[in-house]
Amino acid sequence: MKLKYFSAPYLVWMVVFIVVPLIMIVYFAFTTDNGSFTMKYISDVGQYANIFVRSIWLSLIATAICLVIAYPVAFILSRMDKHKQGTMLMIVMLPMWMNFLLRTYAWMTILGNNGIINHILNIMGFESVRLINTSGAVVLGMVYNYLPFMILPLYSVMEKIDKSLFEAADDLGCSPVSTLFRVVIPLSMPGITSGITMVFVPAISTFIISRMLGGGSNLLIGDLIEMQFLGNAYNPHLGAAISLVLMVIILVIMTVMNQFDPDEQVLM
Amino acid sequence: MKKLSFIVSALMVLSMFSCSSRPSETDIDEDEEISVQTLTVSDPDYYTRFKDKGISINVYNWGEYISTGADEGTLDVNGEFEKLTGIKVNYTNYATNEELYAKLKGGGAAYDVIIPSDYMISKMIKENLIQPLNMDNIPNFKYIMENFRNQAYDPANDYSVPYTWGTVGIIYDKTMIDIPPEEIDWDLLWNEDYADQILMFDNPRDAFAIAEIMSGYSINTEDPEELENAARKLTKQKKILQGYVMDEVFDKMGAGDALIAPYYAGDALTILEENEDLDFVVPDSGTNLFIDAMCIPTSARQKEAAEMYINFMCEPDIAFANIDYICYSTPHQAAFDMLDEDVRESHISYPDSQFIADKTAVFVNLSDEASLKMQNLWTEMKSAEDETTNRWLVPIFLIFCILLMIFVLIRRHIKAKKDIF
Repeated sequence: MKLKYFSAPYLVWMVVFIVVPLIMIVYFAFTTDNGSFTMKYISDVGQYANIFVRSIWLSLIATAICLVIAYPVAFILSRMDKHKQGTMLMIVMLPMWMNFLLRTYAWMTILGNNGIINHILNIMGFESVRLINTSGAVVLGMVYNYLPFMILPLYSVMEKIDKSLFEAADDLGCSPVSTLFRVVIPLSMPGITSGITMVFVPAISTFIISRMLGGGSNLLIGDLIEMQFLGNAYNPHLGAAISLVLMVIILVIMTVMNQFDPDEQVLM
Repeated sequence: MKKLSFIVSALMVLSMFSCSSRPSETDIDEDEEISVQTLTVSDPDYYTRFKDKGISINVYNWGEYISTGADEGTLDVNGEFEKLTGIKVNYTNYATNEELYAKLKGGGAAYDVIIPSDYMISKMIKENLIQPLNMDNIPNFKYIMENFRNQAYDPANDYSVPYTWGTVGIIYDKTMIDIPPEEIDWDLLWNEDYADQILMFDNPRDAFAIAEIMSGYSINTEDPEELENAARKLTKQKKILQGYVMDEVFDKMGAGDALIAPYYAGDALTILEENEDLDFVVPDSGTNLFIDAMCIPTSARQKEAAEMYINFMCEPDIAFANIDYICYSTPHQAAFDMLDEDVRESHISYPDSQFIADKTAVFVNLSDEASLKMQNLWTEMKSAEDETTNRWLVPIFLIFCILLMIFVLIRRHIKAKKDIF
């Protein structure tokens, strides 16, 4: 019974800062300036289909690259000596201590037309390459910024896999490749799903990365929403409608994804 | 060694960014002693009224738009104001008029002094977002030049005190572009020879203005057809652009990452100081003349202190320190008289009155329909891809996903039932 009282502050917090804002988004999305019901804004979202498609596509690519890079890293990390693990983890986390904007800004100087990479290419006698203001640069920015969010959940799951399981697999004649597919991957599935969630969700709604590395012409949903609230096209109703559609998309994708989770405890 | 110096310069560019642009808060170090100039104000009694009352005001200004004392020998204007009046200044930045508008319209933030541009001032007056000033508290208004008073955006000059003005022109790299300055026109921004080396304004009003001037339209046109034509022109330009920027232009042009960019004259002069390959030209075919003026929002908490701040900004010494630092043109007679002769006669900062009268136009606020039209065209232009995507793609995708979800749930339900038995 007493526990109930302890949870009261969290309940209030959740209602005020999670439920109420959600209701406000829904309210804004379906009303006009004078408060009457309308479907206009929701149907207007349709004209930004290409932005949605591009955002989903780019963040899917970024998530996939993150997974491919993070998986071996997390595995190697989890098999290291305990005292080395701490140091390595800190190195993974280190970039996150720096301000997000500054990190992305650094990429602008690295990738720029007269940036460090092109400078080195020129010294070696190659032509300059166009690196910045491309969708590739946006994906790179996403991968760089969200990679730790993929490594950490994978690492914490893999760390718990008992070494004796590998020995048993080996004893029973399992090749290294099938150990990977039959032991490691099934056991690290929860880490994979939560890692994907933690990378995909922020990546799909990011806005500053595309502005800084995409040169403002690779518009993503995040930019579009920002434009409706803080930017040039001040229209909170349309902004709320876009956010709502984005939330539904993420929810649906997550639900589909969670079907791969063996635990089945998460429904949505 | 060369590489090392390059890295150092890259780091310098990075650190430069941290002090320019972006909505970053400028911190004011109170212990800092930088009063190189002895400050004289007309009426010290007036300024000390609020001393020791613990009042603070929120000032919301453009990035790089005040003398901060960051460079040696310049005046820390906010610091001086705090020292003189005992009123604490919370100074924050914005990058576009629209950002400022959204902040005010959304409520929540209470600013005491803001510095919007002409068209935004008339919009804010219309929507009751700014309040009339009590000119008795701003005696220094007398210094404002006659031809900058009572402008169309604020006909009786009840709401605003002009801070700076300027024109829009083109910054370009004179070592790479072999066109004599007098022949440079806005079409340089559409020149395919310099594809990928051109930057463009990241706000619709300024971007449309350029396209409209080129087509011979008024920059305040509300004709839907003319707006569409301008948008088509901008869409054509998108292919050869390196990117859309606002304050990022300082770094990109300063570091030589781009060759051509349109920007405001004052900022352009600041960039020119950083990179001597650059030059700035105001095309003869015409341009936009903007006036930024200080206003007090309706939601301000400390109106009198805000008026005191505005008056302080119009003190000749302060106005001069600001204008000297930010390189914009001043509407302040006394500050203008203090400037060096070559600045006063510069065609960039102070074009002759004939040019101003014939070739420049000031923005006025567009009607709601016209500005909505412009916004939609702008978003459409920015999100345009070579192939047009079907607008039903997302709804269809959503319906498909929802069906998939229902299918999964049903399958689960059946499975759960099976497990029971």
